[in-house]
Amino acid sequence: MTSTAEPARAAPGLITHTLYVLRSNPITLLAFVLLALFVLAALIGPYVVPHDPYQSNAANALKPPSWQYWFGTDDLGRDVFSRVVVATRLDLLISLSAVVISFFAGSTLGSLAGFYGGWTDRIVSRLLDTLMAFPLFVLAMGIVAAMGNSVQNIVIATAIVNLPFYARVSRTEVNIRREAGFVQAARLSGNSNLRILATQIFPNALPPMMVQISLNLGWAILNAAGLSFIGLGVRPPTPEWGIMVAEGARFIVSGEWWLALFPGAALMLAVFTFNMLGDGLRDIVDPRQRS
Amino acid sequence: MTSSRGMIVLKRLAQAIPTLFGVIVVTFIITRALPGDPAAYFAGPAATPESIAQIRAGMGLDKPLPEQFVRYLQDLATGNLGSSISTGQTVLSDVLSRLPASLELTFSALLLALVIAVPLGILAATRQGTFVDHLCRVVVTAGVSLPVFFTGLALVYVFYYILGVAPAPVGRLDFIYISPPTITGFYVIDALLAGDPETAGAAFKQLILPAATLAIFTLAPLARMTRAAMLQVLASDFIRTARAAGLSRRKILFTYAFRNALLPVVTTLGMVFSFVLGANVLVEKVFAWPGIGSYAVEALVVSDYAAVQGFVLVMAILFVVMNLLIDLSYTVIDPRVGFDG
Repeated sequence: MTSTAEPARAAPGLITHTLYVLRSNPITLLAFVLLALFVLAALIGPYVVPHDPYQSNAANALKPPSWQYWFGTDDLGRDVFSRVVVATRLDLLISLSAVVISFFAGSTLGSLAGFYGGWTDRIVSRLLDTLMAFPLFVLAMGIVAAMGNSVQNIVIATAIVNLPFYARVSRTEVNIRREAGFVQAARLSGNSNLRILATQIFPNALPPMMVQISLNLGWAILNAAGLSFIGLGVRPPTPEWGIMVAEGARFIVSGEWWLALFPGAALMLAVFTFNMLGDGLRDIVDPRQRS
Repeated sequence: MTSSRGMIVLKRLAQAIPTLFGVIVVTFIITRALPGDPAAYFAGPAATPESIAQIRAGMGLDKPLPEQFVRYLQDLATGNLGSSISTGQTVLSDVLSRLPASLELTFSALLLALVIAVPLGILAATRQGTFVDHLCRVVVTAGVSLPVFFTGLALVYVFYYILGVAPAPVGRLDFIYISPPTITGFYVIDALLAGDPETAGAAFKQLILPAATLAIFTLAPLARMTRAAMLQVLASDFIRTARAAGLSRRKILFTYAFRNALLPVVTTLGMVFSFVLGANVLVEKVFAWPGIGSYAVEALVVSDYAAVQGFVLVMAILFVVMNLLIDLSYTVIDPRVGFDG
């Protein structure tokens, strides 16, 4: 329990360490650059794309990639490049909101279980075990089917199936610090339990949770795209990577590969970015887990 | 020794009961307690409030939730999962007739993934920092980043459209063949049993691409875990002792190290199964594979309520049973394991 276990305290050291990790691990640096690109595409994408993503043009249908249409055109003559770029915002928004919801709900549940133990712990753990007893994608399908087929419900379903991951991490992290010296000191100086949990223990659980968020974002994107691939949530003609791959799938067998390839590649790159970022963050936060 | 092992198995079986109960409760909540009104759906678009109320009473949906839950349990106990609107059959018979297709795909993929991932992981662990190790890392990172439906489409494009070596993605068997008589429900095995190697070959060809798609996805966590577990075991004292005692490399690696590394790998297999069952749905859609995944997707499109719920329940039970089998296999792999939780 010295400064290495609580890196949030050693700010100057952390920055030096981060720079060191970035220098020695160019892949993490690449992940940060890619992340910046995706965020940029999400923010300004709709204003800078060369064509209207909804504008169909029958004369231009199914054109292969060219100088005018970088990623080619789809069966309705819409520009695939513009659609892929514009879709970034929706895809990131769905997965980000799902992850934020499950982060808050999961870490609250997990912290309470880890801090109070006893029956709280037993009930929460049983709840999490039950969620984990489902194949997660299948559970998400069931939730969306029951609650109705909308983007909002995709977010909720993705949040629910991701919840156990956050709850488990925060439960462990809170539990090992429950009787730590600084917690007893805070208790002696008259802080209430909830106050200690929120201001003393939880901040220390944040670094591993951040790693979890980054690793989880990739999975949340895949999950949401998978749901829209099978026709849930996002409706055509809205550009979204999963549904674009689904629409392009029909043309694979006749050789029009660009319809599915580019949105699929964007999806892959996004997931890859977040996975790399998660591994990199883990190196920064906890050097011992480096493999 | 055998009696204590029997006790362990019984204890683990008992532990599965609350999990199974939890699964049923969640499925019930999904079915009944969430927003979305099945009665309104069953009544159809032209329904009046009266006809909806009538249907609601007929389905028992006007009763209090605990009473509905008891009815739900009774239905489950008699195998009644409701009827599918789109096929007109009971959900149970639909699911049972399509389950073998899904299982054939899933098990072939798992087998393929294990055959590749375990040697890859072992090689990466024993030759740390070499080409094999880097290859393992690339495969692992790419494997978890690839959307499974995208991998499937890419394989179809390359092997069907460009190279022309794979058959069209039209399901388990091309239309020109007649499906073999059902014995195990697995087409390849059934055709072989029926003495029809040509059909077996055709079914096998159809199986390769979807199984490979699922396997690529499954490879990553397995290879990663094998590597990590082997590294840990190889660094331990008893391996050093075995080396010092002059045992052969092969004996150390396979008799001592691998057996001990197997436990975390098998544990990963349980988690992997969760992802595989989910990915299965997507692969089945890409390859028009007539399993329960594509059944659920078809049902979702037309809001076939009972079919989707039945699918979720069956998948969850399948997953619980798989985890049970995996846990029980621990006692075979490692006699020291108990289940005190």
